[in-house]
Amino acid sequence: MSKIRKAFESGKAFIAFITCGDPDLETTAAVVRAAASNGADLIELGIPFSDPTAEGPVIQGANLRALRGGVTTDKIFDLVKEIRTDVFIPLVFMTYANVVFSYGAERFISKCASYGIDGLILPDLPFEEKEEFLGVCRNNGVDLISLIAPTSENRIAMIASEAEGFLYIVSSLGVTGTRSEITTDLKTIVETVKKNTDIPCAIGFGISTPEQAEKMSKIADGVIIGSAIIKILEKYGKEAPRYVGEYVKSIKDAIS
Amino acid sequence: MTNPNGRFGIHGGQYIPETLMNAVIELEEAYNHYKEDPDFNKELESLFKNYAGRPSLLYFAEKMTNDLGGAQIYLKREDLNHTGAHKINNVLGQALLAKKMGKTRLIAETGAGQHGVATATAAALMGMECVVFMGEEDTVRQALNVYRMRLLGAKVVPVTSGTRTLKDAVSEAMREWTSRISDTHYCLGSVMGPHPFPTIVRDFQAVISKEIKEQLLSEKGRLPDAVIACVGGGSNAIGSFYHFIEEKGVRLIGCEAAGRGVDTFETAATIATGKLGIFHGMKSYFCQDEYGQIAPVYSISAGLDYPGVGPEHAHLHDIHRAEYVPVTDDEAVDAFEYLARMEGIIPAIESAHAVSYAMKLAPTLDKDKIIVVTISGRGDKDCAAIARYRGEDIHE
Repeated sequence: MSKIRKAFESGKAFIAFITCGDPDLETTAAVVRAAASNGADLIELGIPFSDPTAEGPVIQGANLRALRGGVTTDKIFDLVKEIRTDVFIPLVFMTYANVVFSYGAERFISKCASYGIDGLILPDLPFEEKEEFLGVCRNNGVDLISLIAPTSENRIAMIASEAEGFLYIVSSLGVTGTRSEITTDLKTIVETVKKNTDIPCAIGFGISTPEQAEKMSKIADGVIIGSAIIKILEKYGKEAPRYVGEYVKSIKDAIS
Repeated sequence: MTNPNGRFGIHGGQYIPETLMNAVIELEEAYNHYKEDPDFNKELESLFKNYAGRPSLLYFAEKMTNDLGGAQIYLKREDLNHTGAHKINNVLGQALLAKKMGKTRLIAETGAGQHGVATATAAALMGMECVVFMGEEDTVRQALNVYRMRLLGAKVVPVTSGTRTLKDAVSEAMREWTSRISDTHYCLGSVMGPHPFPTIVRDFQAVISKEIKEQLLSEKGRLPDAVIACVGGGSNAIGSFYHFIEEKGVRLIGCEAAGRGVDTFETAATIATGKLGIFHGMKSYFCQDEYGQIAPVYSISAGLDYPGVGPEHAHLHDIHRAEYVPVTDDEAVDAFEYLARMEGIIPAIESAHAVSYAMKLAPTLDKDKIIVVTISGRGDKDCAAIARYRGEDIHE
């Protein structure tokens, strides 16, 4: 069974997103530990990409800062190896198709498996193109995570019925980033998902406050927060782990 | 050439966020319907003829031919189209399609500004709202085109992310499309991006090679020996090549922007220096580093300053049907000045890359050979930048 399932076993899951290497890999390691020890159930580790077309300005900024700091895919694998000595919650990579493709799908995904990465989220790999990496992912026991968007409509059943790990439900149109209001009819989307699969689903994009998280956790099995955490990193830099820990706790308390 | 999944050999595909999938599926269905629709085609033909000024001339460059002393050189004058470039062919097609689909708003990316101007023009003509994304760096290089777009009623958004050039304008237009789909059509300007764009844009640009074929057959009773066009994403090149792909005797030559040279980092020659990757919705060749980070490419030409190439070109390269050659800034600027003095035609700096290679090729061929060079656009927009390149300080 998927290791990712573990994140959803004790109530609603909180999934935290962190861009690796922003501002440096030591801080990333400390932030991962702070998030894990304060209640994060799963962590999405972002491998920065030069042109992150699904991201809003906040995560774009984190990608640029990390790349400017010299972070590479190999250095991020080393980071995973190091944090896996004492961090045992599920970890997934979130990056863009070209990062995996250029490294070599087999080389990248087998390394994920041996270093302890449980899943892969690629926002530019829709259902129609998942064959690009699906076979290699399955051979290595790494879940290729599917996304469902507010515009998916007639595609939801198709995507959900073949989904693995967890389903990432995109709350709103547009790119990542905090929003004051989420207007999509997520309840109907989740209902359609549940008719077609028993894997858990988590809602992401636009969530930042404990109130929003609580509201979303009532609809789905978990909530995903990225930009709000990156903003803390942007503000506090190397001092961020403590503040991220406090923030994670506030969200986890709100959804528990 | 396109298979049902939008692949050209191994290239192409639809590597885009789920949010956009239904939009591209809807576009494909609409296109497949309207491309067979006689009324749609009649309307488009009328726009080509009465608004864009087609067919464009196929001009025998006699002085240039005599000067180079080899093959006969014909210039396909896309620079004479309304708005001054081949871009209008694709834009009129897409804008008409978008209108039939009930869209009221066009968004577009632009590099040199020619596609942005063409989109703003079509939007004005068809009463649609228009927003153009343009790298901040390019808004400076091509200030005149920014003003033209505004004059035509479009909103120009300077893009400040990444390298602030064409690739960032594409990324930003894609981001904008994911946030507003129901009333908005993304009028992509080149044969790139996710399926069905490379096919749609090629089909609307294929009028170039259709005309070349007819014009040359009627004037000389034969096909050309070579067709030469510049390649950024590759829309004027694929348009110039398309009806010759099955004519194996016709050499197809795409000229990439080598910038300061293919042995430097300041280049945009994708086929010469790039490798296979996945970006901007397609699998194709891209300039990138060993970890797949897209390279900050460079060319004097804002329209060729792109780190990728359209998937059909990547395929034509793989199967050795077309040749792709790098042309440097220096060579392009020389050709820009040469054509101005020799024929009284100021080509776009993009097109000057194709002229430059023709200048190299023509003298190596016999006098009975025929080369067609596509002048994809006119060079008025480049005059200030070329003057600065030559050390003259001109203010627009």
